Amino acid sequence: MSQELRYRLSVIAPPVVAIALFFLVWELGCWALRVDEFVLPRPSVALAAYLKWQHAIWPNALQTLMTTIVGLAIAIALGVVLGALIGYSALMYRALYPVLIAFNSIPKAALVPVFVIWFGVGTLPAILIAFLISFFPIAVNVATGIATVEPELRDVLRSLGASQFDIFRKVGFPRAAPYFFASLKVAATLAFVGSVIAELGAANSGIGNLMVIASARFEVSLVFAGLMVVAAMGIALYAVFAALERRLVAWAYRSR
Amino acid sequence: MTHAVPCVELRNVSLIYASDGKAVHALENVSFSVPQGAFVAIAGPSGCGKTTILRLVSGLMPATRGQVLIDGQVVRGPQKKVGMAFQNASLLPWRTALQNVLLPLEVVQPHRAQFRARRKEYEEEAHRLLRIVGLDGFADKPPYQLSGGMQQRVALCRALVHQPEILLLDEPFAALDAFTREELWGVLQDLWTARRCTVLMVTHDLREAVFLADRVIVMSRRPGTVISDVSINLPRPRTLADTFSPQFVDYVHTLYDCIGAARNGSTS
Ligand SMILES: Nc1ncnc2c1ncn2[C@@H]1O[C@H](COP(=O)(O)OP(=O)(O)OP(=O)(O)O)[C@@H](O)[C@H]1O
Ligand SMILES: [Mg+2]
Repeated sequence: MSQELRYRLSVIAPPVVAIALFFLVWELGCWALRVDEFVLPRPSVALAAYLKWQHAIWPNALQTLMTTIVGLAIAIALGVVLGALIGYSALMYRALYPVLIAFNSIPKAALVPVFVIWFGVGTLPAILIAFLISFFPIAVNVATGIATVEPELRDVLRSLGASQFDIFRKVGFPRAAPYFFASLKVAATLAFVGSVIAELGAANSGIGNLMVIASARFEVSLVFAGLMVVAAMGIALYAVFAALERRLVAWAYRSR
Repeated sequence: MTHAVPCVELRNVSLIYASDGKAVHALENVSFSVPQGAFVAIAGPSGCGKTTILRLVSGLMPATRGQVLIDGQVVRGPQKKVGMAFQNASLLPWRTALQNVLLPLEVVQPHRAQFRARRKEYEEEAHRLLRIVGLDGFADKPPYQLSGGMQQRVALCRALVHQPEILLLDEPFAALDAFTREELWGVLQDLWTARRCTVLMVTHDLREAVFLADRVIVMSRRPGTVISDVSINLPRPRTLADTFSPQFVDYVHTLYDCIGAARNGSTS
């Protein structure tokens, strides 16, 4: 019983302590070096701003969260399909990999004005940017998972006369699942980055939009409060996927 | 005597592996046939192409030259009437032992169509098989929690579960201690007697070959060819006590000399 408690504590305590230390150093550093609040507000000031503006922050935070999740969902759907295609077919791999690399090399922020021209200011550009930025790691990881399926495992299925689709279902998909979840944790945080970047210039709501308005009004502490909310949501989404991963692909983490 | 079509037949089969630009000549002109219901063991030096023969019979790859026939039909791909236990157990790591044994039933017809409806029944059958190979209580363990020998036994159950007409076994007991191995000889003999399927088993253990097989095919060094084909005329069911009988020991000696000659002989 107490061992269980001690184990839980050993999981939760280190990150909490690390974050607390980070804020402490920031707080004391600003205080000791007399950093101007308009340049870099202390965390306590940002927290005060958060408490003061809560009711304005939360609707925007939820908007950003929604944008991120929709963008990520599209990225998952297309990333898994494209990843499976590339992982299975050497021809597809040769044909599409350079295209993927090229797309991923484009700075997504540079696409925001283009999307505004195409779709106008609103939620759509942010969803698209979140999708584009998180798509690549998912596709590449799923492709890797499927391309590295042990031929022996495939032979087990083939020797039974299984169809290509059966082989995908029984071997390719489960084999790629750990790769998929690993990429999901990266993709989720990237999707937040994408949403907020797009909201900075191309939205009427969301944390990004809130930050632009706040900085125009020199409410730097509110800008930082917004950043912290985004970071907190990033951790939350990461934790959800990490928990899913631990439940669904435990076999891949057997020695821990 | 009627000339029944042999269950498995190899006609002048040669196989050359061509990987990374280098050709490896694995089999040269291998011919033999296995009648329906027979138990044939294949022995020979390591690397002589025994696993390759099983892969050809299972339809996993085509012969470079010659023909492989099952029931008189040329093999063009994998067939559902074949069950194979691979040399390295090759269990799916995300499935428990039981789920691994059930795999063929999820894929092969007619079981596949009935899988949902008859799941209970199938699980009982899988449990029964695991029990007779001595894996009672390990059904829900993932492969990494099983020893190498246990994994091989699970793979054996997986090869048997869909009641294939042809059973291909690649050194199924290689990773076991002598006592467990000899116990499983009896188990396999009983299963085979009950089902009368055709068995092609690769083994390095000559006592195992003589104990189980009707015939033992001995192969030369690579490129492998058949250098002798010894019929084992010992009454069945054979018991472990029989392994000390003079006839049994004679057979083992004969095979031992064959393999010795195969190992030292030149590979022309
Ligand atoms: N995929 C492959 N590509 C190239 N060469 C191969 C391949 N598989 C097997 N070989 C070669 O073919 C020969 C026969 O291999 P095989 O696996 O059939 O031997 P084996 O008789 O089963 O040996 P062992 O008793 O050690 O299992 C070996 O020399 C091996 O190097
Ligand atoms: Mg072998």
